[in-house]
Amino acid sequence: MSPRAAWRLESIGFEQVYDYVAGKADWGSFGLPLEGAEGSETRVAAFVRTNAPNCRLADRVREACEHLEENGWDTCFVLNDERVVLGRIGLRAIRGRKDVTAEEAMTPGPSTIRPSARLRKIVERMQRQQLTSLPVTTPDGRLVGLLTRRDAEDALAAVNES
Amino acid sequence: MPTSIDRNELQLLLTEQEAQLVEVLPASEYEDEHLPGAINIPLKELDRQTTSRLDRGRPVIVYCYDYQ
Repeated sequence: MSPRAAWRLESIGFEQVYDYVAGKADWGSFGLPLEGAEGSETRVAAFVRTNAPNCRLADRVREACEHLEENGWDTCFVLNDERVVLGRIGLRAIRGRKDVTAEEAMTPGPSTIRPSARLRKIVERMQRQQLTSLPVTTPDGRLVGLLTRRDAEDALAAVNES
Repeated sequence: MPTSIDRNELQLLLTEQEAQLVEVLPASEYEDEHLPGAINIPLKELDRQTTSRLDRGRPVIVYCYDYQ
């Protein structure tokens, strides 16, 4: 639709016309703010913990995940140098596989969601699948942060009350 | 000829050239959500009259939902 609009503007006489072809789906999926009745407050982006623990493939679990539990985290993401999510180390591995590398301990290719995902749908999914958290990434796989079920449920309750 | 741009180029045009953002989807979709600062002129209503509020001396960026 936007290419036709851009050409139409040119036909009217506008000389500096640009087409953001990826549109607001792209904008929202990178966690950028949107305005309007269904704006950012109903999307996952607003409730992501962006300081989620992470490490590299060659890191030892013992060092990478030290103090993690006592700080309230139950997961550590394994990233490459581009911050792309390669795997996830869960609580069981954190506790039981301390003497191996992150690559050996991780569960590869975890399911991820986009920052633009609707909070209500994600809460339903987390409850249905009994998930305690979900990693949030950009469309090209870079880690944005972690959405916990508790945060998501609290946020949804607040949205419903308002 | 219109120039296709990505998200980063859009942000540069906004900050450096005071570009004008126009969502060309129907009004109901614009009201649901739109990029900050965008105005709405649906594709079906794009003509000389509805675009008269745009400054021809500044870049105009159009967008819809995605590539469709």
